[in-house]
Amino acid sequence: MIAELGHFALILALGVALAQASLPLWGAARGDRGLMAFAGSAALTQFLLVALAYGALTQAFLGSDFSVINVATNSHSQKPLLYKITGVWGNHEGSLLLWALILALFGAGVAAFGANLPPSLKARVLAVQAMIALGFLAFILFTSNPFQRIDPPPADGNGLNPLLQDPGLAFHPPFLYLGYVGFSIAFAFAIAALIEGRVDPAWARWVRPWTLAAWSFLTVGIALGSWWAYYELGWGGYWFWDPVENASLMPWLAGTALLHSATVVEKREALKAWTVLLAILTFSLSLLGTFLVRSGVLTSVHAFATDPARGLFILAFLAVTVGGSLALFAARAEALVARSWFAALSREGALVLNNLLLGAMAATVLLGTLYPLFLDALTGDKVSVGPPFFHAALAPSFLPLAIALGFGPLLAWKRGDLPAVTRRLGVALGVALAVALITLALADRHAALGAIGLGLVAWALTTPLVELAERLRLFRAPLAESWARLRILPRAAWGMSLAHFGVGLMAMGVVASEAWQTERIQALRPGDAVAVGPYKFDFKGARELDGPNYLALRGHFEVTRDGRPVAVMEPETRRYPVPPMTTTEAAIRPRLTEDLYAVVGEPDGEGGFATRLYHKPLVSWIWLGALVMATGGALSLSDRRHRVGAPVRARRAAQAATGD
Amino acid sequence: MRPKHRRLSLILSALLALGAAVAVSLTALRDNLVFFFGPTEVLAKPPAAEKRFRLGGLVEEGSVQRQGAEIRFRVTDTVNAIPVVYRGILPDLFREKQGVVAEGHLREGVFVAASVLAKHDETYMPREVADALKKAGHWKEGGGS
Repeated sequence: MIAELGHFALILALGVALAQASLPLWGAARGDRGLMAFAGSAALTQFLLVALAYGALTQAFLGSDFSVINVATNSHSQKPLLYKITGVWGNHEGSLLLWALILALFGAGVAAFGANLPPSLKARVLAVQAMIALGFLAFILFTSNPFQRIDPPPADGNGLNPLLQDPGLAFHPPFLYLGYVGFSIAFAFAIAALIEGRVDPAWARWVRPWTLAAWSFLTVGIALGSWWAYYELGWGGYWFWDPVENASLMPWLAGTALLHSATVVEKREALKAWTVLLAILTFSLSLLGTFLVRSGVLTSVHAFATDPARGLFILAFLAVTVGGSLALFAARAEALVARSWFAALSREGALVLNNLLLGAMAATVLLGTLYPLFLDALTGDKVSVGPPFFHAALAPSFLPLAIALGFGPLLAWKRGDLPAVTRRLGVALGVALAVALITLALADRHAALGAIGLGLVAWALTTPLVELAERLRLFRAPLAESWARLRILPRAAWGMSLAHFGVGLMAMGVVASEAWQTERIQALRPGDAVAVGPYKFDFKGARELDGPNYLALRGHFEVTRDGRPVAVMEPETRRYPVPPMTTTEAAIRPRLTEDLYAVVGEPDGEGGFATRLYHKPLVSWIWLGALVMATGGALSLSDRRHRVGAPVRARRAAQAATGD
Repeated sequence: MRPKHRRLSLILSALLALGAAVAVSLTALRDNLVFFFGPTEVLAKPPAAEKRFRLGGLVEEGSVQRQGAEIRFRVTDTVNAIPVVYRGILPDLFREKQGVVAEGHLREGVFVAASVLAKHDETYMPREVADALKKAGHWKEGGGS
């Protein structure tokens, strides 16, 4: 009964979306206020209906209603409550429903908080949102219905893949989707602006917070996924350049570019057409990501379904969305005229450089991800494009990006003064060079790579501090004045510095863990010892244990450093009977400065066990950096100037005072 | 500069950046592309020694031997089989008669694997493996696990 209710609500939502996609557009074209206002109430209704459907599916999971196919294949009556709730989106159908729910939630957000938007713009934005919703709801109802029944119902469910029964992974998809779908708002605003033929700072003030929020969520989502891969897959790696990981990285790169170019539209009324194009591309890449993951065209960990009908549907949807919006862009972009000019050497110029480099990186990732598909289709050759390609192809873009990240924020709008900025950044330059030279002198391995990497990292870490100090006139003006400036420093400024600092932290983790990690793979017998970096691992043996719903093989390592005991590490290999599956539970001793990582594998039949041991310096900084970046985004979002409808003029004085 | 020229220079620099990115990417692609072959293809056209490629198929029943951290097994497409040697821990889903993809190179007729992949789903058959089995003519739809 509940499942039918959910199904029915979803069909109604489809009907509402159809009306919401068409009537307001017509109303906006004719200037009919009644039809335009309909968009708002339709968006709220659509949200309520999708929420009802989602609630119904959740109820089916909570009540272990195995007459619903989706519940039977993906849940189990003995599963912990948390994983019954997260199991709703741990499968193809449910995850799409979550997509639609978040989409409707954001649409309702625009409807509820968009009172100060021009009515025609609001109507058009909501209509575009509804078109996307239409595509997704139709996709769910026609190819991936989560409410389908099975008769007779099985006695118990198949259970959720134990690999997915993990808190890190349980919250990875919702964050990712909040990011992907959040970009749909920027997209809807871009399309609405093209229809209106007008982009102004008010438009950018709307687009920026949504993009910022989406970007922050996506950052957290990607970091969660990477962290999960690190501790759960037992390979010690955190990024595999798997097509699905790339699928989330592409919209992130484009979204980062969008974030920066929207600033230029808001502050300087330039780069309008480019920003609109970026908004379209960012969301298109989000859709492409969904397509790659959900259609099963790429073999991957995440490919739930390999149903050609589904793939075809998403591909057609993608073609219509991307093709249609690009055609609209080509037809209307002329109308978006810049109101200001800028020299190449200026804040705008630096942001353009940022956009070009991020765009090039996104294009590179796209090429590497899709190339095997094209080659297969054209020649039948099967190839894979692995980490070496991405490292070689992305480094040339990342290095200048990291350098520009230091200069950009200190350049003035319109026309910057590079010599003056370089003088002010002298401290950072000195620190970077010193770090590079010290690394070169001290490093025992990978000295050149480490020196360049750490030098850049030092640059990326010190320039945001210098930039903050400049804003405060620290050490130039009396302390009291600096304090006064600190008090009025807008949160957006803090947010930017923090996010840039986060980039440095993350780069630090990547450089240090890549250049100086130690990996030891060997068969160990009880009593054997291995040196891993500065540590010694004594293997004391492994034994079988009964877990609540699995059988475990638990290894026992005693770790010492210079003879002093440091830790006891007990990695496990777990065998689950339902569904039949083996997982690796690495033992990790995480510290801010280094991680120790131990994995025990199967017995070799001669009294030994296959083991894999790692010493990874600073690896946790990667996720710490991502978290700091997302925090920067959130802090910036909390700035009053970003809050839609907040008085903007009142803040101008403060801005002028801080040289913003 | 006039607005038109500024826009033009913006577009030109964008194209230049894109072109440079594509050039760098294509060069990197040429050096880092890893081809996928099934056992029959490898025997028919052995790749050059030290050339990295991916070998896919099924783990032959009864072929898995362990000697310390070194593991030997055979990858088969049910017609031909290639011996594989690998040092390290096998993925959790590595099992006899299951699909597997190994990356490495040939040395004197033995495939020296640098990594062995098996995916995280017990019913999963890597697509390349399915295709390789199809090529060898021993594949039934639905027999994926």
